[in-house]
Amino acid sequence: MSTTTVESKHSAALDAAETGDAHLITVTLRVRRFNPEVSDQVVWVDYEMQMDPKERVLDALHKIKWELDGTLTFRRSCAHGICGSDAMRINGRNRLACKTLLKDINPEKPITVEPIKGLTVLKDLVVDMEPFFQAFRDVMPFLVTKGNEPTRERLQSAEDRARFDDTTKCILCAACTSSCPVFWNDGQYFGPAAIVNAHRFIFDSRDEAGEQRLEILNDRDGVWRCRTTFNCTDACPRGIEVTKAIQEVKRALLTRRF
Amino acid sequence: MPAGTLYRGREGMWSWVAHRVTGVLIFFFLFVHVLDTALVRVSPQDYDKVVATYKNPVVNLMEYGLVAAILFHALNGLRVIAVDFWSKGPKYQRQMLWSVVGIWVVLMAGAFYPVLQHSLHDLFGS
Repeated sequence: MSTTTVESKHSAALDAAETGDAHLITVTLRVRRFNPEVSDQVVWVDYEMQMDPKERVLDALHKIKWELDGTLTFRRSCAHGICGSDAMRINGRNRLACKTLLKDINPEKPITVEPIKGLTVLKDLVVDMEPFFQAFRDVMPFLVTKGNEPTRERLQSAEDRARFDDTTKCILCAACTSSCPVFWNDGQYFGPAAIVNAHRFIFDSRDEAGEQRLEILNDRDGVWRCRTTFNCTDACPRGIEVTKAIQEVKRALLTRRF
Repeated sequence: MPAGTLYRGREGMWSWVAHRVTGVLIFFFLFVHVLDTALVRVSPQDYDKVVATYKNPVVNLMEYGLVAAILFHALNGLRVIAVDFWSKGPKYQRQMLWSVVGIWVVLMAGAFYPVLQHSLHDLFGS
């Protein structure tokens, strides 16, 4: 009895799939490089490589760092869209490099990669996040309560929990704050991310410092600086309706009792 | 290659840019408008002379531009108010912007003849 050999069934597609380079395409990454120890000038460097279009921009950056140019500097930790380290401006828009597939951003043309805007660039794609985190700390992003601690958990109805559900999803990647034209012009503005994290506690039925947070955001660099450009909402990799949250804080300030 | 690329914002950002630009243009118009209208208190003859210099197709086209700027600024202003005070405003901001653009196009078409009729008659006779 003769059995068909495996070889005879081999199609070109299977061959290609086995070698793994069937659908590799040539991708050019145009990266904004800056190294203050070498030069105070910014240079754009093109890196050409073979990539699977289903890979992510982060994979391309890894390929550059591991195989082409080890001096490229960028942040990334989990590489799966939850740590918020690798927010950068890809083709002119803020995105997470680890959540952006090459096929989704027209890999036929060079893909531009820049650091996020409005924060000081330290090297290549790494920016100084301190002003961003300072604004976050300023809105007291933690539960504040009075009286004795309960002996069991603080109960909350499903409806009360749903009230601020959207703003619990923030990963502090700064994609929103660094997409905001107001923040680019004046770094004193709290920025969308800080307001989102204030919103998360202001509308939490268990929290008792909502008044205080509203007062902080009533400042001249608070919510009133928002010009509803919706860049933050478009940029958020977690799909938070950032502008909506900011507007809710504004309305809470207008309608609260004194 | 410049130091950085332009941020590729979407409808929200560009409507904000257009709102700023039209706002500044309207301010410059009001500035000139207040000055030349105040002139009538100083010297009615000079006022007539100044206004006479406005009666040409170029200024007429600028008037049409003024209508364009004011219509956009007014309609988008209503959209911004809706975004601020209507709880579903942020969700429907994009649809509201395209409605604004739609109404703007219709009103601009409607204003074409009433605003430009003098120049049209001057340039093309009848």
